[in-house]
Amino acid sequence: MSTTATSETSSVVPDPGGPAPGAQAGLGQVVTGALVSVASARRLGACVLFGLTLAVMTGPNGKAAEPFGAIRHAIVDARIVYFLIIALVLWLLISLWPLAHALVSIVTRAVRGPVTSVTEQKYAPIGLNVVLLIVAIFVPYFFSNASVTWMVDGIGIYALLALGLNVVIGYAGMLDLGYIAFFAIGAYATAYFASDKALPVHGPFILNPFFVFPIAFVLAAVAGIVLGAPTLRLRGDYLAIVTLGFGEIIQLIANNSHWTNGPRGAFGVPHLSIHLLGINYSWKLDPKPYYYLLLAIIVLVMIAFGRLERSRIGRAWAAIREDEIAAEATGVPTLRLKLLAFAIGASVSGFAGVLFASKQFFNPQIFSLQASFLVVTIVIFGGMGNRLGVVVGSVILQGLAFYLRDRVPATDRYIYFGAVVIGMMIFRPQGVIPSRRRKREINLAEHGVGHADSLGASTREAGR
Amino acid sequence: MSKHRVDGPEGAVLAPNGSGATVDAPQPGDGADLVVDARDLTLRFGGVTSLNGVSLRQCRGEILAVIGPNGAGKTSLFNCLTGAYKPQEGVVMFTPTPEKSYSIVGKTPHSITKLGVARTFQNIRLFPALSALENVQIGVEMRQRYGSVGAILGTPRMRREERSGVQKSLELLDLVGLGHRVHELSASLPYGEQRRLEIARALGTGPKLLLLDEPAAGTNPSEKLELAELIRTIARTGVSVLLIEHDMRLVMSVAASVTVLNFGQVIAYGTPAEVQRNPAVIEAYLGAQEDDSAEPDGRPADDGSRPGGTGKELQ
Repeated sequence: MSTTATSETSSVVPDPGGPAPGAQAGLGQVVTGALVSVASARRLGACVLFGLTLAVMTGPNGKAAEPFGAIRHAIVDARIVYFLIIALVLWLLISLWPLAHALVSIVTRAVRGPVTSVTEQKYAPIGLNVVLLIVAIFVPYFFSNASVTWMVDGIGIYALLALGLNVVIGYAGMLDLGYIAFFAIGAYATAYFASDKALPVHGPFILNPFFVFPIAFVLAAVAGIVLGAPTLRLRGDYLAIVTLGFGEIIQLIANNSHWTNGPRGAFGVPHLSIHLLGINYSWKLDPKPYYYLLLAIIVLVMIAFGRLERSRIGRAWAAIREDEIAAEATGVPTLRLKLLAFAIGASVSGFAGVLFASKQFFNPQIFSLQASFLVVTIVIFGGMGNRLGVVVGSVILQGLAFYLRDRVPATDRYIYFGAVVIGMMIFRPQGVIPSRRRKREINLAEHGVGHADSLGASTREAGR
Repeated sequence: MSKHRVDGPEGAVLAPNGSGATVDAPQPGDGADLVVDARDLTLRFGGVTSLNGVSLRQCRGEILAVIGPNGAGKTSLFNCLTGAYKPQEGVVMFTPTPEKSYSIVGKTPHSITKLGVARTFQNIRLFPALSALENVQIGVEMRQRYGSVGAILGTPRMRREERSGVQKSLELLDLVGLGHRVHELSASLPYGEQRRLEIARALGTGPKLLLLDEPAAGTNPSEKLELAELIRTIARTGVSVLLIEHDMRLVMSVAASVTVLNFGQVIAYGTPAEVQRNPAVIEAYLGAQEDDSAEPDGRPADDGSRPGGTGKELQ
């Protein structure tokens, strides 16, 4: 224990230079140094403020007759003690974090060597992924049916959407705020081709939803190209605004068109079923089969995108993200590759739309702007550019949404949601599991090299 | 004024007769084996004319230097040749092999790179968070054929191209002397090595013409010697090199001929020695009227007293 303490202190003092004299006594000094300072006092204030906010958030509702009653009843009450304790613990954690961090970095440095060297790692750590997959396979048996339904509708579908959007945001570095539109295209295509009664119009022949997968895949990809071809010349914020508009247009069409059944949405799209070589199986109301289907698709998509990321396509995307002008001068056809990223992302979204539509009723409200933002949030929260990260992001954020559903009023849900996301962006802007490349970019940007801002939207405009 | 040029790497060029250098400084003529033939390029940004009727001809396999004070239009010329800017007037013919000739004005930068023009940047533009190897790979891989489906399926062609891409990238890194830095982050390399990595990345695209924008800027004397050797090595492999450089010693040691720009116009063309004696060049660099002994050697670009040194040079 004492040896650990020695190495810990020596790394915290500015110039270690071997075992410093009196390092044993140093630990106490370093701890008090971390806790007694102006910055520390400011942190304490912020933490107390945070605790008070939390107390108000979880406190009683206000009344029109007594507008500040809610605040008073939340703070002038015995329960405030709990929140002050939370604030104090938080303050201690934050203040002593650098010490823990130094300890961790000593260990990691010893294991990994200097950080400037990029060891060529061809394959992702398979062990972790296999363990997670096994956990995912057995998870449904430990939860209620309602939870598993949410694992499909909420977590799984959004994980798939996030994987697709990750190609656009994480790999190619473009911000797409209308991503859910392609999801809508997939869902409505399913209603059109797979059912004769879900919409006022239907396809020339009725297909099994399985056969709609390729159709929706192509339709969404084409929609992505049609949207992308004229707009991908724009960069950063401008592209985001155009895609935002596209998302709105699709939702407005769905809401107002006679063909889409307007705001009533599509009822009665048949469930998925297989009738092949004597195998007859259909996905019914039980969510578990859907869960496993979705799990299989997510795993396949993750493998496919992993290969894509490690190929010349993925490297070219990284080049575009880091310096578009240099990429173009190095012979990377930037426009075509951005279009490719857009089309691949869109087609995954369309794919998810088929799954969603064949499982349950949907109406245009599902394809709202909020849903687009949710997918973007999941990607950033989980870790841009990391496939496992965005899936974990979906599990955490959508799991949180499910947890809060029965515990806080619906109107309050986004306050908690927002608090989690803001906290994440302050303390870990690179996401839960950041990609190695993105992490390096963010590190370099902090030191003024490159320009990887949080979304990779290049603000450096030169040469053209 | 004869416009013919004796062929060969050290061929004598007819000088612009000392004084009287004009906008129409003689350059290799129509009979020569030209790799680049740019005629009357004019580039304006609103009211500012960056290039004013600039013509530039480069013989195949030759090392040609473009010099001139800051703001003279050197980098603008590069940007016109690589498609980053589209000049309002003028034509650029690029002839990668004697059989094929292309007009490259109006083409996108990446398609010009594909035809065989590669460049480096004055302010280094590597992909900072990628390793040295990955940087070069991106250049090498632009000529590969496998697409996204091949990448996902891991087709034999994809594996083969992937392997050969790594192989070629490693060879190029060895060529520029970065064989020991393969897996290092490009941003963590020292300045001089970043410059050489940028050259390796440009060479990865398989160019017939390599444009180097101030490759020696910020490097120390021994690195400059290595750089000169590297440039000569590249030229020996049949790549024509067009070089923007302020360091006259480097220019003297590698370039067969020099074009001098000032205020967006060509004011002189000739061998480095001739250009150094040219009064118009001396005036452009030093603002001197009579003093013939003042030669623009060393690093004249850092001399802030020149009339042309307005510092408005475009990236």
